[in-house]
Amino acid sequence: MHEINIPISDDTIRGLKVGDPVALNGIMLTGRDTVHKWMIDTFIRKTREPQGDDLKVYEAIKPLLKNSVIYHCGPVVSGLDTRQYKFVAAGPTTSIREEPYQAEVMKHFNIKGVIGKGGMGPKTLQGCQDTPAIYFHAIGGAASYIAQSVTRVLDVFKLDFGVPEAMWVIEVKDFPVVVTMDANGQSLHAVIQEQSNKVLQELLVK
Amino acid sequence: MQDITENILELIRRTSTDLPADVENYILASIENEEPGSAARGALETILKNVALARKNATPICQDTGTPIFYVHYPEGMSTRKLSEQIRAAMVEATKRSYMRPNAVDVMTEKNSGNNLGGESFPYIHFEEVEGDELTIELMLKGGGCENVGAQYSLPDTRLGAGRDLAGVRKVVLDAVQKAQGKGCAPGILGVSFGGDRGAGYLASKEVLFNKMDEGSSDPKLAALEQQLTDEANQMGIGPMGFGGKTTVLNTKITGLHRLPASYFVSVSYMCWAYRRRKMTIKGNEVAYD
Repeated sequence: MHEINIPISDDTIRGLKVGDPVALNGIMLTGRDTVHKWMIDTFIRKTREPQGDDLKVYEAIKPLLKNSVIYHCGPVVSGLDTRQYKFVAAGPTTSIREEPYQAEVMKHFNIKGVIGKGGMGPKTLQGCQDTPAIYFHAIGGAASYIAQSVTRVLDVFKLDFGVPEAMWVIEVKDFPVVVTMDANGQSLHAVIQEQSNKVLQELLVK
Repeated sequence: MQDITENILELIRRTSTDLPADVENYILASIENEEPGSAARGALETILKNVALARKNATPICQDTGTPIFYVHYPEGMSTRKLSEQIRAAMVEATKRSYMRPNAVDVMTEKNSGNNLGGESFPYIHFEEVEGDELTIELMLKGGGCENVGAQYSLPDTRLGAGRDLAGVRKVVLDAVQKAQGKGCAPGILGVSFGGDRGAGYLASKEVLFNKMDEGSSDPKLAALEQQLTDEANQMGIGPMGFGGKTTVLNTKITGLHRLPASYFVSVSYMCWAYRRRKMTIKGNEVAYD
């Protein structure tokens, strides 16, 4: 088990390989579909003018994301009335929906890791080499278990996106993940995809 | 008519936080097929730890508490309007208590309603009148990750060499499993229907998922195909979470529908390992949960 503290250095990232189990410690942000699209449209490709608190939020998240990790997660959160937020259930969501955006978002914010499930495609794999960064796989559906690794909710941005789509700033301890895409161009998902396709082709002619 | 909002709330709590024993037993049995120390085995062990923890703390098994799908079988004379109001009131309370994540997003404004109510279709409620004086309410919670990898095929499919027969059904279902990889939170459970129109096909592929794990098709040909599909899906080596391994599909359920002469649809609903479905029965003052 590799114990890794956030912020993460490039050397640490380049030293990780597909298959390595990792326990993450430190401060990270959640961000999924709405957040990725908002980042790309407003600040990266700039096809949309900043509105409301967009610029303020951008300045606030920049230092938080630098050398940190973004978690594809739409949590169940208690304490919404009192703002005494607590993560009740917080497993990963399917990452492939962020494939059109992820590499650009990683590079723009200098994000060193993405946590999700199901893996991502060639564009993100290239982004992992360029940034450099790691795709960490968490266990899908293990939401109550993973929520125990979230020790504190420090802040939330864009709650108007809805609870699942907001950016939650969280502190984690011993957050359990496995490296499935590394900064050296290796992807477990590409390997399994190819192997399973070979078996499928054999089954189809039976 | 008595107010059963509290009972429905309890049904939601159980469904979201307490994985049915038949599902848990299948996951438990599959662990032995995976190599000690492998990522596949580690994933299954984490899944089982999570199931126990969710049950103990009454917290959601999965943060994606899914589309709530209610099937209500009610005796003659009962008001479906009142039942619907009580189901909706229970959903709101279940969301407040964190049994459910607010999951209903207005597709035009992108606003999350915050209480799991949205128009006429969220939650989805199906009513059916039955003989006798017993009310049963079944609830399934189906997450978005596995819903996204569902698939529908129109046979013949020349790319896959799938004709309009059970052999063709087999081929397209295997293709759907390969395409899903680990994205639907494998190990999964396959709900398959063949025949029908596009709408009826998808609906039937979900309805068949209300059955128990050991409750296979009563048709011997379909029962054999169910077993064959589970075995062959597991030969593809996708494994839990797509990490590689022997456990890709836990179970397959197939049902057939009458079709138009021109149409031959195969509809596949992929259910994640967090296979949440429970039943409540009310007779007089007695309430039973399965």
